[in-house]
Amino acid sequence: MSLIDILFYFFATIAVVSASIVVFSRNIIYSAFSLLFTFFAVAGLYVLLNADFLAITQLLIYVGGILVLMLFGVMLTHKVVSVDMKTGTLKILPAALITSMIAGTLIGIFTVTDWRVAPLQTGDPIPTAKGIGEMFMTTWLLPFEVASVILLIALIGAAIIARREKEAK
Amino acid sequence: MLQIGLTHYLVLSAILFSLGILGVVTRRNAILVLMGIELILNAANINFIAFSRYGTLNLDGHMAAIFVIVLAAAEAAIALAIVLNIYKTFHTVNVDEINKLKE
Amino acid sequence: MNQELILILTISNLLIPLVSFLILIFFGKRLPRGGDVIGTSLLFAMLASALTVMLSKLIIFPDEVIQVSFKWLTFGNVPFIGQLDLHLGMVVDNLSAIMVVVVAIVSALVHLFSIGYMKDDIRYSRYFAYLGFFTFSMMIIVITNNFFTMYVGWELVGISSYLLIGHWFEKKSASDAAIKAFIVNRIGDLGMFAGVMIIFFTFRTFSFDAIFSAIASGQIPMGSETWLTAAGILIFCGAIGKSAQFPLHVWLPDAMEGPTPVSALIHAATMVAAGVYLVARVFVMFTADTLMFISYIGAITAFVAATIAITQNDIKKVLAYSTISQLGYMIMGLGVGAYTAGFFHLLTHAMFKAGLFLGSGSVIYGMHHALHHQHDHHTDPQDIRNMGGLKKKMPVTFWTFLIYTLAISGVPLTSGFLSKDSILAGTLAYGNLTGHFLIPVIGFLVAGLTAFYMFRVVIITFFGEHKDKHRFELIHESPAVMTIPLIVFAVLSFFAFYSFNPFDATAGWIYQLLPRPESVVPMAMQAASIEIFGEAFHHAHYPAMFLSLAVAGLGILLAFATYYWKKINADAIANRFSGVHKFLLNKWYFDELYGFVFVAGTHAVTRIMRWFDNNIIDGLVNNTGSWTVAFTLGYKEQWKERTLSSSVYMTVAILTSVLVGIFSSSALWPEASGFFNYIGAIAGGVIAGLLTLFGFWVGAGGFDKYVVDGMVNGVAYLSGFFGLVFRKFQTGRVQTYLIFAMFGFMILYFVFRTF
Repeated sequence: MSLIDILFYFFATIAVVSASIVVFSRNIIYSAFSLLFTFFAVAGLYVLLNADFLAITQLLIYVGGILVLMLFGVMLTHKVVSVDMKTGTLKILPAALITSMIAGTLIGIFTVTDWRVAPLQTGDPIPTAKGIGEMFMTTWLLPFEVASVILLIALIGAAIIARREKEAK
Repeated sequence: MLQIGLTHYLVLSAILFSLGILGVVTRRNAILVLMGIELILNAANINFIAFSRYGTLNLDGHMAAIFVIVLAAAEAAIALAIVLNIYKTFHTVNVDEINKLKE
Repeated sequence: MNQELILILTISNLLIPLVSFLILIFFGKRLPRGGDVIGTSLLFAMLASALTVMLSKLIIFPDEVIQVSFKWLTFGNVPFIGQLDLHLGMVVDNLSAIMVVVVAIVSALVHLFSIGYMKDDIRYSRYFAYLGFFTFSMMIIVITNNFFTMYVGWELVGISSYLLIGHWFEKKSASDAAIKAFIVNRIGDLGMFAGVMIIFFTFRTFSFDAIFSAIASGQIPMGSETWLTAAGILIFCGAIGKSAQFPLHVWLPDAMEGPTPVSALIHAATMVAAGVYLVARVFVMFTADTLMFISYIGAITAFVAATIAITQNDIKKVLAYSTISQLGYMIMGLGVGAYTAGFFHLLTHAMFKAGLFLGSGSVIYGMHHALHHQHDHHTDPQDIRNMGGLKKKMPVTFWTFLIYTLAISGVPLTSGFLSKDSILAGTLAYGNLTGHFLIPVIGFLVAGLTAFYMFRVVIITFFGEHKDKHRFELIHESPAVMTIPLIVFAVLSFFAFYSFNPFDATAGWIYQLLPRPESVVPMAMQAASIEIFGEAFHHAHYPAMFLSLAVAGLGILLAFATYYWKKINADAIANRFSGVHKFLLNKWYFDELYGFVFVAGTHAVTRIMRWFDNNIIDGLVNNTGSWTVAFTLGYKEQWKERTLSSSVYMTVAILTSVLVGIFSSSALWPEASGFFNYIGAIAGGVIAGLLTLFGFWVGAGGFDKYVVDGMVNGVAYLSGFFGLVFRKFQTGRVQTYLIFAMFGFMILYFVFRTF
């Protein structure tokens, strides 16, 4: 078992355990913070997969952006000091049954299918940022521009939606 | 034990995906539903990157993952704005209580 | 000075007015004095650069064409066409170099004049911004080397003209005039667009050079000479619209609703010259037929406008018709092949006509202020009958106006004499060569008319006695910013700037630097070649000169006799020929004609359409409705109402039944003879007919009641049943749906799995 393998199991364990806490915890603050660990673990897996740029992006955007946004959402919609932080669940048994069936199916598909695998490149991993940048400006230029427009729309839309109650007054 | 390969990552992503689905389905709190969605997206991203590394997807997988992150960011912003709005209107964020349109 | 520098200066000529526009439109209100100083000084900078361009081009590179172009669009490998690239670019040849200066000089001086004229206007800075925008658009037309940007500039010029005519849009007449100008221009532009499309369809390029060399190498549209002529005429349609040629000249007099300096800039010197410039630019691809068409259009325009100008009393209207007439002259000159003469007249006309308009602006300004002091808002400050004797009060305006009038009348020592004389010599040569003598006759007639009506204006406005003594006291000369442009234009109306020999334009630099270009159309379709035409032109020169002097002198003499010495009573003549006078006063009833043909015609067509729609279409629809009702309810139900449609229905029913009966009995008609066979056939027919009639009697209602309703009710019942079952699944929770979706996905996977 090489160091890489150990690291993989380390990160995978963190990801699965913290994701479970996200889903099963009754306290929403716990959920939010364990989501943070899930993201960290996924970023670590990206590093193992030679995706350096994506790992950084994951940290910056998920941890720095989306998670903070979520925490804000939690703070703004709950009375932090009260017991209201505990959140209930809906019919957990049938849902868990069906979900575990789905999980079984997926794992079955993934293990049984004979994936087309390219020969594994050895040696030092090549940094991906340059290649990604070039592809953004060439093959993926149009989706790139569209994505920027979507972000702008989301920005404006979020601002407008969140402010709407002012007009009502 | 096999050497760590494509299948390991895929199985991990399947587990994360299922946990995400479970979160979305069972939680009453809208913000927790959002967190479940983020888990699902992350699982998908792991798949993309794993195929980039071991399969023949190369950098295209990275591109797709980046676009997923972009959309996740946009979605989170909009969804939280909606959640805030709902909270102001109904004074709750539990998805099963917001059923004004049902009756 | 090298070619790159000339190109850079030319581009700066294009951009300076744009910069002026951008500054003034965005920051105009915040700048001191509305930013007029910035706009004007930028335009003078452009004038300096334009003069540099012209002088260096004409002196250092007189024979070269400085051109630059770039690939604008690549369509790649287009099916059926092959590689298709579009190139845009600019060209500085002698033609555009001179035109740049014309635009710059008029524009700069009009800017200067406007500082005085437009003082205290409510939209002062916007006015200057639009002037800059206009100059920019005009520059696009001038320096372009392809039809594409030419068309772009063409439309931009149209929109800036629209904006400036409608500058005082609170006035209904001004906004109407702006719309009219825009729409009438659009008609011409449509023709031009079609022409350009024919050209592009054939040659797959917009560049003038590429098109001309393709024609020269024998390639013509659709392989047909008629198409080349048609393309030429269609492109010329653009010039008809922009240069206010017959029959689209109606917009220009109305455009005088705009501020007077705008009239000078756009509707006298530059924009209307764009049409002439276009004709000169693509002159080489016109066939002999096209050129003849052009020259006749020019001649008709010159004549019609000149006759109208005689009767008008609004000083700007007279000048407007005089402009149309002179533009007709230029077009006629180009059409007959006197290429240089036509363009030369554009140049000289731009100077003295801009001067005339600015002069009239100065007069109107003086009148307006005097009337304003008197609190008189009813007297029209533009009506020459309200003026008179202004010579003493406005000396600078008077003397400069007189110089312009001499120039436009073609009196020796002025620029107008040189250019007009060349055109007339050209028409005479054309008449000699082709036998179309109508053109020179009109040319000389119009020369006389021009002299007459221009001196009429001068005499009525500046000589004689002013009607109102008190008002006369209040009139005074305009400020220096307005008189300086007048003086500059007056100086530029002298012969010395164009040719050192006051009687021979061909000795001047214009003729040296701007010879008529060699036509590229196939030999058989060419007009008279340069050598033949030059010879005829040379011979016609002196006769034309004396003739034109004679008619101009006659015109001036008549004007003096009528309006100064009062030997001839103009009113009496007008009364004597009241029909003609009314006809001319109403501008040949062009507006009424167009109103009748196009507006009333459209109304008539719409009325017919409406009648058709109301009676035929609606009648059909309505009766179809009632017949359908009859058919569904059956005659039994319909009979209660005893309407027209029910009787129609019954008639149809009986006829159909009889027909069905006849057809059935003929179908049953036996092969073998026999009494009972016949009886059976007839009985069968009668039964079939009666059954049909019964069907009509109860109508489709019966069928509807049992079969159709039964089906529908059955479906509804089934739906209700399944609805009761499936409503269990509709929990109304998105999360449940998600679970169902995932479950469905799993089932699909196991159904379609391949292992």
